[in-house]
Amino acid sequence: MLSANMVELAYLVASVLIIFALKGLASPATARRGNAFGMLGMGIAALVTLQVDAVQNYAWIVTAIGIGGLIGGVVARKVPMTHMPQTVAFMHSLVGLAAVLIAVSACYDPVAYGIANHEGGLYLASRIELFFGTFIGAITFTASLIAFGKLQGLLSGKPLAFAGQHWLNLVLGIVMIGSGILFCITGAWLPFLLMLAVALLLGVLLIVPIGGADMPVIVSMLNSYSGWAAAGIGFTLGNNMLIVAGALVGSSGAILSYIMCKAMNRSLFNVLLGGFGGDAVAATSGGGAVADRPVKSGAAEDAAFLIANARSVVIIPGYGLAVARAQHALKEMVDVLLKKGVDVKFAIHPVAGRMPGHMNVLLAEADVPYDIVFEMDEINSEFADTDVALVIGANDVVNPAAKSDPASPIYGMPILEASKAHHVIVIKRSLAAGYAGLDNDLFYMDQTMMLFADAKKACESIVQALD
Amino acid sequence: MNVDALHNAAQAAQDTTADPVIFSITVFVLAIIVGYHVVWNVTPALHTPLMSVTNAISSIIIVGALLAAGPVEMNLATVLGLIAVGLASVNIFGGFMVTQRMLAMFKKRG
Repeated sequence: MLSANMVELAYLVASVLIIFALKGLASPATARRGNAFGMLGMGIAALVTLQVDAVQNYAWIVTAIGIGGLIGGVVARKVPMTHMPQTVAFMHSLVGLAAVLIAVSACYDPVAYGIANHEGGLYLASRIELFFGTFIGAITFTASLIAFGKLQGLLSGKPLAFAGQHWLNLVLGIVMIGSGILFCITGAWLPFLLMLAVALLLGVLLIVPIGGADMPVIVSMLNSYSGWAAAGIGFTLGNNMLIVAGALVGSSGAILSYIMCKAMNRSLFNVLLGGFGGDAVAATSGGGAVADRPVKSGAAEDAAFLIANARSVVIIPGYGLAVARAQHALKEMVDVLLKKGVDVKFAIHPVAGRMPGHMNVLLAEADVPYDIVFEMDEINSEFADTDVALVIGANDVVNPAAKSDPASPIYGMPILEASKAHHVIVIKRSLAAGYAGLDNDLFYMDQTMMLFADAKKACESIVQALD
Repeated sequence: MNVDALHNAAQAAQDTTADPVIFSITVFVLAIIVGYHVVWNVTPALHTPLMSVTNAISSIIIVGALLAAGPVEMNLATVLGLIAVGLASVNIFGGFMVTQRMLAMFKKRG
């Protein structure tokens, strides 16, 4: 049995280890060691808590950890990398639900947590903290479930909008806060449960109007919420470990949401209001001319000839690459080119995948070395000196209209400047618009060759032609 | 000492020792600032592992769940606590393991 001071010191060590876990992610070279620090920190925090006097129910606790750990381990081993966004969304919902359960449990039996006053009720401060922990946890829970459903394709990715939606949310928000305040004053069950029910409902209503394309922002935001929920419970229990870890996760998710919004040139508010990616914004600019503009199209042999004779090739992958499962075929092509002495690089737009950094993971899974993969800001200045820009399964992120056409809905969005390369090859199944519903001027430029094919088949044919 | 004096002494003691909530807020604010700086240093290539590892980290909520599940006699509070322990465990094991799996894929050339 450790003294209370020793427990706090152990939590301090665990907190520092968790900060090191995040610090390690500054580079792929240190990231795995960082992750080991994180596991160690989590292990210390859990073990120290297990030996606290109040925790006696070992058989059941070990069973619960065993079942949970087994499920988590199987999911971690089996889940395909393309399914990471929904996996993360699902895990956020578990954190939210756990926070709610802990809060209900604390309300039911405050004595067990040592937060009861002499009458066995809750202190005012504890009630306020429980209010915050509960409603953030509840919103995280249901919102993440809906996000999971949309990403997994169980629910339609289309935004669901109806009249008076925002007013309904506003009224529900007021009811939630009102009953929360009532709970803080009285400490009674009824307002607590009402607040909880409304928060659960709000989580659903806040996410349904948001389109599938905006899910990267939402998943990042829910990441942030799950942290704040943990910190809220930390306040209730007066536990610094929970507060530190929750604050770290909360700020991490907030920064990621900001980065994703910036990459799409949208404000968080604009994303949250929803509706983007539906019919309302489809094809407002340049869309009329689709049929009659001339494009140059070529065969895989032509593309192979172009890139085999290039000094430098920059490959711009989009999510279409992953949909076509073309990563490994592409990697084979890259190997052939590197062997021929061609300077091959990858250029990644922040919203290239379905969550922040998703495309990097998909390329890493295909054994593409990370030191030839570059971020938008690192590589944009190099396109003017690039012989061939090879666009595979990407569309809006290379659309020059974002820079040149103030009337375009994506005007102002940062793009990869593929149009500056000497030659551009676009592998695409058809001239269909991207998810912003826009035509792409890049496809009609003089230096552009369209290769109309499935991404995987195209890469395989190029590899054949290169031999 | 009369009752008034006792009351005054208690009042004085309360004024010199701060409420524990203030300490919690101090820790909270400083941790946000640390988080802000550490996370901006994370390379964008590792943003997906960052999300999965923060997911595992937010499951530190297991500490609260263990306290809820702690008492031997079972009641609603203990059962809810045990469920929360299970949910948090899914995330801790799942989150760290999937992060490890992803990070192992990131290799240099050659």
